[in-house]
Amino acid sequence: MGQHVLLIEDEPSIAEAVRFILARDGWRVTCHHDGASAVEAVKRHAPDALILDVMLPGRSGYDILHDLRAAPATAGLPVLMLTARGQGADRERAAAAGANRFVAKPFSNAAILAELRALMAEAAPAGRAAGDA
Amino acid sequence: MPFDLLVLACIAYVAILFAVAFAVERRTAAADGAGPPRWLRSPVVYTLSLSVYCTAWTFYGAVGYAVRSGLEFLTIYLGPTLVFLGWWILLRKLVRIAKTHRITSIADLVSSRFGKSPLIGVVVTLICVTASTPYIALQLQSVSLSFAVFASDTPAGWHLDRPAQTAMWVAAGLAIFTILFGTRNLDANEQHHGVVTAIAVEAVVKLLALLAVGAFVVWGLAGGVADVLDRIAASPVAGWELKPDRWTGLIFCAAAAIITLPRMFQVLVVENADERHLAVASWAFPAYLLLMSLFVVPIAVVGLERLPAGTNPDLFVLALPLAEGQGTLAMLAFLGGFSAATSMVIMEAIALATMLSNHVAMPLWLSLPRRGAEAGDLRRIVLVARRVAIAAVMALGYSYYAMASGTAGLAAIGLIAFVGVAQILPAMLGGIFWRGATRAGALAGLTIGFSVWLWTLYLPSFGEGTVIPAAVFAEGPFGAGWLRPRALFGVGGMDPLIHALFWSLAANAGAFVAVSLITFPGPLERVQGAAFVNVFAEGEAARGWSAGGAGAEELLVMAQRILGEDAALAFFRDAAAAQGKAGWLPDITPAFLDALERRLSGSVGAATAHAMLVQITGGATVSVEDLMAVANETAQIMEYSARLEAREAELTRTARQLREANDKLTQLSVQKDAFLSQISHELRTPMTSIRAFSEILRDGELPPAMTVRYAGIIHDEAVRLTRLLDDLLDLSVLENGTVQLAIRTARLSDLIDRALTAAAATRPERRFSVQRDPEAEDFEVTSDTDRLAQVFINVISNARKYCDADDPALRIAVRRQGGQVTVDFIDNGSGIPAESQGLIFEKFARLTDETRAGGAGLGLAICREIMQNLGGGIAYLPGRGGAAFRVSFPQVLKAGDRAA
Repeated sequence: MGQHVLLIEDEPSIAEAVRFILARDGWRVTCHHDGASAVEAVKRHAPDALILDVMLPGRSGYDILHDLRAAPATAGLPVLMLTARGQGADRERAAAAGANRFVAKPFSNAAILAELRALMAEAAPAGRAAGDA
Repeated sequence: MPFDLLVLACIAYVAILFAVAFAVERRTAAADGAGPPRWLRSPVVYTLSLSVYCTAWTFYGAVGYAVRSGLEFLTIYLGPTLVFLGWWILLRKLVRIAKTHRITSIADLVSSRFGKSPLIGVVVTLICVTASTPYIALQLQSVSLSFAVFASDTPAGWHLDRPAQTAMWVAAGLAIFTILFGTRNLDANEQHHGVVTAIAVEAVVKLLALLAVGAFVVWGLAGGVADVLDRIAASPVAGWELKPDRWTGLIFCAAAAIITLPRMFQVLVVENADERHLAVASWAFPAYLLLMSLFVVPIAVVGLERLPAGTNPDLFVLALPLAEGQGTLAMLAFLGGFSAATSMVIMEAIALATMLSNHVAMPLWLSLPRRGAEAGDLRRIVLVARRVAIAAVMALGYSYYAMASGTAGLAAIGLIAFVGVAQILPAMLGGIFWRGATRAGALAGLTIGFSVWLWTLYLPSFGEGTVIPAAVFAEGPFGAGWLRPRALFGVGGMDPLIHALFWSLAANAGAFVAVSLITFPGPLERVQGAAFVNVFAEGEAARGWSAGGAGAEELLVMAQRILGEDAALAFFRDAAAAQGKAGWLPDITPAFLDALERRLSGSVGAATAHAMLVQITGGATVSVEDLMAVANETAQIMEYSARLEAREAELTRTARQLREANDKLTQLSVQKDAFLSQISHELRTPMTSIRAFSEILRDGELPPAMTVRYAGIIHDEAVRLTRLLDDLLDLSVLENGTVQLAIRTARLSDLIDRALTAAAATRPERRFSVQRDPEAEDFEVTSDTDRLAQVFINVISNARKYCDADDPALRIAVRRQGGQVTVDFIDNGSGIPAESQGLIFEKFARLTDETRAGGAGLGLAICREIMQNLGGGIAYLPGRGGAAFRVSFPQVLKAGDRAA
């Protein structure tokens, strides 16, 4: 336990809510509010998973994710996106940019936890395999 | 006979003529397409109409002539008789040429022959008008003379000793009759069936009248034929010598006149309905002339015996029955003379008017700068020109009469006209028999002959001293004896008429031949020359030529250009199939040409179609009437195509507008999508917080401090949501222009006070100084003051929010000018970056991420909408140190100030 999650979300109240929910579930949570410096923050914190908002000041979540997937160090990072809508164009765009899972705003606390756990479960075998090699 | 009764008789007679002419016109119009009724086309009517040759001069004047010169009057009958009996071939050729080339007058004939020369047309017209004027005067004179002899009990104020008065009324009446029936419509072939029939009726009347007077003289006054012959032998009439030179000259003159007099050309050639009628006329017309001349000598002889000395022999025909108390016979004689005069004047006026309008008036009118809209009225203008020309011809005739009356006997005036129109003969005969004749030759001959005639015969006819001074007659102009009008080149002692005839025609023909020999014809002259000279051969040649494929092919090419390739091919193939031929080149039969012309006229107009076909088949060339019709149609087509162009431009414009509207809609649609997406985001954000924290609170197990804090967040977010919805609703109402304004009057300073107080709630912890000018704001404004305050609050709040100076300050400057108020809000911060200044009034244009401090970014958008609704505006003023906004609005808001 104690896996590290980086949350990139500009809206302070939402960031506070998510931090509270995850912390209560036993995650170690770091928050970052700015889009422009998000890629730097990911490299600096090297989290086990990333929760990424789409609408960010300075830079959109899609662009940030695109850069992360292009860099070898972060190409395999499990990413959960907070999209405006759960279906349609937003979701397809998130998938195309390389998001592993999505949660649409407004979300239930249970949903974000379930998605995060599922994200880690999917990533774990691949991570172990990579570690064994 | 009483004056009133006589006038009544004349009017009744003219009314009958009216009725005849009108009935025929009606029948012709009713039988539309089929042409005039069959009986009208009979050779009898044609022959009778030719009797327009026998004018009042023949009717009254022949007797006078016989009294003065013995049998010489016969020359006037012998000339035409010789032409009809011996030269009917010439007449047939004239008729054929006129029909083929759609000739409308003698001027048209000569001008067409010489390359459609407008100048020749004008010269011939001039000759005809000049020569005909005394002739018309002669008719007016005869009517007024006969009137003077016949009438009695004249009303007061009417002076028969001033015959000009009668003549004027007669001229006016005839002008009206001629205008009514000579220009009723504009027929391309210039035929006037109604008038011609009326003329034929008059021919019968005058013949009957003369025969009746003759019979009365022979069997009533004398003792029968034998007695009359004895009396003739005993009278001075028989004693006159025959002068060979005068006889030859006069016979020639009359022979020339029968084809060159404008009215004779009109009835003989233009009004001819069928060439075969000439065959009948060739004997019937001489027979008519014979009957007309039969009793001339008996009347002359008996008149000399019985009437008192001094009686005008020109009026024996009328005076004899009057003297013998035969009122009815006298009336008949009077009407006969009236008929002879009127028929001549009417026909002459029609012929001259045609020439004047076609060769003088129309070319002048067409040479004026064209105005598109008037081109369509060409026919109306031609008709007006004709009517004016008729009136002018009558006026000229009357003027001549008034000037020259009483100076010469009837016969002398008639002969002047004969010699005048005879000047056309060389050019005309040369034109139709001699291919070498040229335009220059014709022009030279016509002008020289005309000039000599004017000098030697026409001008002297006014009498010595009237136009030419007596001295000139005796010594010649400027002392040049060889130019004496009655003795050119010193050859004196000749009869003046023969002198003039000889010199004018000799000079005319000589110049015509000589100049023709030394000049070369132009291309059109050559073509026309060949067509005129070989008019009989040409028809066969053309048929032979078009029987080959070449003509059909050419027609097909032309038809394809007009009808389109496929339609033309189909038309030709069908026509060929109908003739039993394979392929698509039918024989060029008249039936095929008719069908093609009809088909083409649907596309280019009838006249144009005809002209095109005629040019290609070479059957005939195009007449002035054709060209006028073509010009008319072309004008219409051009007008139509101009309308089409205008419509096309309009369509293009509409299409562009539609495209622009569509672009705008697309743009709006994109903007709307972006807007919705933005609203969606702005709504989701507070809702996400509310949902997350409310679930956390529901889960419980929170320390009380956390519970309070999270409940506070939920409350703030709910308030934010509400404000956002309010803003959106506000904006929507403002943008739709459906907002209800509450117009009130308030002091501007009070409004600013209110706004400052309300805005103080924004960042209340910050010290914020405001600089104002109380005097400048001390006035009332009438507007929606709440909305105005809302804008002020927004702008002041923004300053409190965003001014980044250490010691933030706001200056409020008010100005009032011409009913317009401006309020500037200028802070001392770093202002808005230049690249963002264009965006700040857009919706959701939040420049920073400090959403905490502001709403959804709709504030300035709402301000802009409010100010537009208040008839003013809000703008950012760059370069004022800090952020500077100018709010402007009318001091008193009136209906109509509100921006749409």
